[in-house]
Amino acid sequence: MKQKLIAAPYLVWMAVFIVVPLLMVAYFAFTDGEGRFTLDYIAEVGKYTDIFVRSIWLAAIATVICLVIAYPLAYILTKMEKKRQSTMLMIVMLPMWMNFLLRTYAWMTLLGNNGIINTLLGYVGLGPYKMLNTEGAVVLGMVYNYLPYMILPLYSVMEKIDKSLIEAAADLGCNGARVLAKVIFPLSLPGVTSGITMVFVPAISTFIISRMLGGGGNLLIGDLIEMQFLGNSYNPNLGAGISLVLMVIILLIMTIMNQFDSDDEKVLI
Amino acid sequence: MKKLLFVLTLLGLFFTAGCSTATEEVEEIEAQTLTVSDHAYYERFQGKGISINVYNWGEYISDGSEEGTLDINAEFTALTGIEVNYSTYATNEELYAKLKGGGASYDVIIPSDYMISRMIKEDMLLPLNFENLPNFSNIMENFKNPLYDPQNQYTAPYTWGTVGIIYDKTAIDEEDIDWDILWNEEYADRILMFDNPRDAFAIAEILLGYSLNTENPIELEQAAKKLGEQKRIVQAYVMDEIFDKMGAGEALLAPYYAGDALTLMDEYDHLGFVIPKSGTNLFVDAMCIPKSAQQKEAAEMYINFMMERDIAYATTDYIGYSTPNAAAFELLDEESQADTISYPADDFINEKTEVFKNLSDEANLQMQSLWTEMKSAQDENQNKWAIPVFMLICVLTSVGILIRRYLKKKKDIF
Amino acid sequence: MKKLSKIYVSAVLLFLYLPIFVLIIFSFNATKSRSVFSEFTFDWYIRLFQNELIMTSFRNTLIVATIASVCATVLGTAAAIGINRMSKAGKAVVMNITNLPIINPEIVTGVSLMLVFVFFAARMHLEFGFITLLIAHITFNVPYVILNIMPKFRQMNPHLYEAAQDLGCSPVKAFFKVVLPEIMPGIMSGFLMSLTFSLDDFIISYFTSGPTSQTLPITIYSMTRRKVSPEINALSTIIFLIVVIVLIGKNILENRHAKRDKAM
Repeated sequence: MKQKLIAAPYLVWMAVFIVVPLLMVAYFAFTDGEGRFTLDYIAEVGKYTDIFVRSIWLAAIATVICLVIAYPLAYILTKMEKKRQSTMLMIVMLPMWMNFLLRTYAWMTLLGNNGIINTLLGYVGLGPYKMLNTEGAVVLGMVYNYLPYMILPLYSVMEKIDKSLIEAAADLGCNGARVLAKVIFPLSLPGVTSGITMVFVPAISTFIISRMLGGGGNLLIGDLIEMQFLGNSYNPNLGAGISLVLMVIILLIMTIMNQFDSDDEKVLI
Repeated sequence: MKKLLFVLTLLGLFFTAGCSTATEEVEEIEAQTLTVSDHAYYERFQGKGISINVYNWGEYISDGSEEGTLDINAEFTALTGIEVNYSTYATNEELYAKLKGGGASYDVIIPSDYMISRMIKEDMLLPLNFENLPNFSNIMENFKNPLYDPQNQYTAPYTWGTVGIIYDKTAIDEEDIDWDILWNEEYADRILMFDNPRDAFAIAEILLGYSLNTENPIELEQAAKKLGEQKRIVQAYVMDEIFDKMGAGEALLAPYYAGDALTLMDEYDHLGFVIPKSGTNLFVDAMCIPKSAQQKEAAEMYINFMMERDIAYATTDYIGYSTPNAAAFELLDEESQADTISYPADDFINEKTEVFKNLSDEANLQMQSLWTEMKSAQDENQNKWAIPVFMLICVLTSVGILIRRYLKKKKDIF
Repeated sequence: MKKLSKIYVSAVLLFLYLPIFVLIIFSFNATKSRSVFSEFTFDWYIRLFQNELIMTSFRNTLIVATIASVCATVLGTAAAIGINRMSKAGKAVVMNITNLPIINPEIVTGVSLMLVFVFFAARMHLEFGFITLLIAHITFNVPYVILNIMPKFRQMNPHLYEAAQDLGCSPVKAFFKVVLPEIMPGIMSGFLMSLTFSLDDFIISYFTSGPTSQTLPITIYSMTRRKVSPEINALSTIIFLIVVIVLIGKNILENRHAKRDKAM
């Protein structure tokens, strides 16, 4: 009985700094400046459908690209000998330890009209191509920043797959492709779903990548929220409304994703 | 555990290295000489451990980062013993949001004219005690009692300037430049644009022949439409990023403030600056103390320090903006005094420039939402598949889930 | 096939490391240009250490990250022990709420905390600064600590604790002798995770810090929005080196442990 009490400080903390803040967001979303109930702000979010669509679209593309890049990589990793696996994993995760603003900033210098890539292309008589300040650059930034979030859960799931299952399938006459489709892919599904959420959620809500690589003309939901609180159009009620809608979207996606691995244990890094 | 110790020692090493260099630097500065008007006045707070929070524009103070320039904040600390927590913002609107959001407490802020009137109107500023600001006598007469603060109760001017166009001399003739060049298809994707509504709208308003202070909803909408037409050929919406992008030759044209243009031209020979003939905005940025200030007297001391002849001179010399400080103006060499970019002729100022005034709440709100809509608008013919594809993915996923469940049930039966 | 996979891995690694190499190379460039390398210099490193803004924010970052991760570890460990003893329904409710800051986009967490702090600021003389930043960091760190510890309880044999008590240990002593060593790896990894997240956090800090508590990521952000100086490249090179050294050190230590275990 006493041991339960030891959680009390955290429970208080949780109530004050997790539950109350979210209730505050809801309160701001449904009231006007004077604290009267209103649905105006939620309705106003509709004006920004374009931004929501673009954010979902770009985040979805980035997620798919991450999956396509990460899946073979994770698979190759599991094929390596044990000791090399951990070294390789470390090398893959290492860039994550660098501040993400600095890494994104480096892409600016790479992609610019007079940037390194265009300069190099210039030597062989190509370009310059417009790369920076496009939607493509934003997607690239997302893929670059969140790729390790996809690799890690995929790897940790694939690594646990029982090797004898693969051998058994091969013995029973499956070729490589069939083994992949019938054994490895179904068993790695929990890693796929958790990888998707781990990439999609930060990608849809980012506000730095779009500003640095998108040139400020490609607003995403994150930019829109930031603008309402600390940016050029101060309006915390609208900002709260947008945050609320964003949370609902993400909740929806999480529920869909959770359906896939309801029977499997959740994958955590 | 060992791993952890290892990390901590490493961090510790780095940490102490940082400390020692910081103190060395302070000593170095004390060795320099700086004449201030009244030492006794500045040394009142010596040793009391006071600190003030200063919130200023980015790239808007001499910070000693170029060799031979003054680090003004360090000088102030060395002289008065008051620590300066210095942070920066990129636009007036950001500053407003930060103050209005509450919480953050700043002692000195430096907004522009129209934002100052808005803050005065919304009771966000404290009146200054001019007995603590003896150096206010250095300020030129025509900058006292300005329109944004008619009784001159709240503000002391910091710098002023005009808005013009920075251009790449190797690609564009000065003759061709007026505001409409920013809409010229020939320079598509080579144009930068202001990333704040007020300055951006002003350019469209000049082109359309409206007042820069129009509150007419139809005129505002027209201006937003004009900006929308430009969006396609704009490379990026930026503020101080222009230093980098123009310097590196990423873009050919960028409307910006005269002072920063001069700084850029100093560094890069290929850049030029034009104040368009058809007129422009004239702005004054002034130091104020917000309501949330904790150290009003120390803040006033900082403001007074900024109006010291030598400091105001160092400021204008470093950041390139024009000074409203008569004593500092005297120190400038003749060439700078006669520079028509920094100090345009009186005729031009009187006839062709307009100062921003604070707009009504409705007009402000309309401008903000027009701005956001303009920036978020989609290019035509792009992404029309986004919603259908997203819906399709959702449907497919749900179908997938259903099939999976069905198969499982079937399996469970056996 | 082998060759193909090698090429593939190298390509991905190139993609991941390209920007980092660019940052490092141009930290030694004599001019400020970001695309043309002119001459080798160490100047930016010297100037970095003279840059008080960067040094102060670096100090702030270390202080906040250390205090926040220690507090989060203590709070989270206590919480995990308590939650473990709760009824199934209670556990589910608490764990679902604990998951919220992890699932929620960081920007929403940041904004929601900011709204609460503003609310308190107006009524209780709370200022945006060190305290608000610390609270925010503890809040987003605790869930990771709890999530790292909870599985350890599941792996533990529940009878051990009872056995220790049967053998005459007081509940407190039994806890320290039996339970704590079992969950220690979870506590440690929770702590290290918190430390990493705190050191690197930008989004939540951006909304909850004040003028007196600029952390390194916030300073970097304001630098990237202005004239960018290669000092920033020098800084990233140093950070990168530290991380590499730490990770290599960690690997060597682990290998040594592994060898010793094998020898025994």
